[in-house]
Amino acid sequence: METYYKPEDLKKFGNIGEFQKKLADKFFDYYGEVFKEGALTGREKALIALGVAHAIQCPYCIDAYTSDTLEKGCTEEQLMEAVHVAGAIRGGASLVHGVQMMNQTKKIMM
Amino acid sequence: MKSLKAQGHLFASSDVQMEVLNKSDHEPFDSKLKDAGLYPFKPTGIDIFQVNLGKMCNQTCKHCHVDAGPDRKEIMTRKTMQQCLDILAVHDIPKVDLTGGAPEMNPNFRWFVEEAAALGKHIMDRCNLTIITANKKYNDLPQFFAKHGVEVISSLPHYTSVRTDRQRGDGVFDRSVKAIRMLNEIGYGIEGTGLELNLVYNPTGAILPGPQETLEADYKRELKRRFGIEFNNLYVITNMPISRFLDYLLVSNNYENYMQKLVEAFNPNAAGKVMCRNTLSIGWDGYIYDCDFNQMLDIKVKSTAQHLSDFDFEGLNSREIEVNQHCYGCTAGPGSSCGGQTS
Repeated sequence: METYYKPEDLKKFGNIGEFQKKLADKFFDYYGEVFKEGALTGREKALIALGVAHAIQCPYCIDAYTSDTLEKGCTEEQLMEAVHVAGAIRGGASLVHGVQMMNQTKKIMM
Repeated sequence: MKSLKAQGHLFASSDVQMEVLNKSDHEPFDSKLKDAGLYPFKPTGIDIFQVNLGKMCNQTCKHCHVDAGPDRKEIMTRKTMQQCLDILAVHDIPKVDLTGGAPEMNPNFRWFVEEAAALGKHIMDRCNLTIITANKKYNDLPQFFAKHGVEVISSLPHYTSVRTDRQRGDGVFDRSVKAIRMLNEIGYGIEGTGLELNLVYNPTGAILPGPQETLEADYKRELKRRFGIEFNNLYVITNMPISRFLDYLLVSNNYENYMQKLVEAFNPNAAGKVMCRNTLSIGWDGYIYDCDFNQMLDIKVKSTAQHLSDFDFEGLNSREIEVNQHCYGCTAGPGSSCGGQTS
């Protein structure tokens, strides 16, 4: 079936260098550095990536970081809590604009 | 759940499994070894005599590479066990690693342990834990192990019941915790007692295992906090794409991705340290293999001494180790062996 997102394309991510090698190389070097153990552990970084993947709704990233967090020893409960963090921030980002709506309402209404 | 053999499943045949493993166009494992300068693959010694005492088990785990279970009747006879002891008596092979099935279900298990201990061998028992609580006659196993200084190595795929039971069967986690308590009570797993209880983690699905050190810290913290139980080391093992796990991979449509992951994660350093380089694996019927996985795929050692009755230490120590595509399971990432990650 023809779809916009193909799971097998995730494996071809590295191929973006085919059209612009210099920038791809810089990106992948940066990407590799970001996910190395640092002030945050690899597991913490993977959970953040999973949460962000849900916030930006990237199916490739969701697949990749579901596997990665599980491989790094996270539990299903921890994965879902990371998704709820993404949901809370996304939901909160909409709701906090309610203040703007209220301000405008109070301004234009008697 | 019945074993693949009892179901008359195609994968009860090792030939069919080998056909599947060799059908994909992944790079042949031996050419990876050639690139790593490790081919032909040779032993570094024979330090471990791993004896499979039979395929009978009180559990039927979903990932079991032995296809063990209560319906498997293959059991090593006392005569074959005596052949093992005769070999161990005259050769400097320091470690005896007992596996199965549930090795304790072999009626001659205790006799064999006593005899091997009398030879001064270090004995490891791959105990599934639940056997200790399965029947009154096994309840004193912890005391028996302690008497002979047996190192107990036990699978516990997770510190939560959900994941453990999903792989090993309903109620296995609770019974395993009870058995660990019995072992802890007499000193197993407690620092300073010299009685070693090592647990084994393997992933509950088509993923590779994470770092051993991190997982061990998680297990120690969570098992102590939730259940007040202790152990010494966590051995982290990769699931081999054979037998029931191979079936799971195919049925769940994860086979190609899993194999790809294993191949991409090939680590030459881990390949140099795999267990087949210092182990001999003995089947329940006395045939000799490079490892327990080759045993289940019926790939016997490349030697004129393929059976205990023809045992030839020098010949076996200079043999070429048989490899195939399943070997990627032991060389991925930090590597995998019966003693956990290798590099």
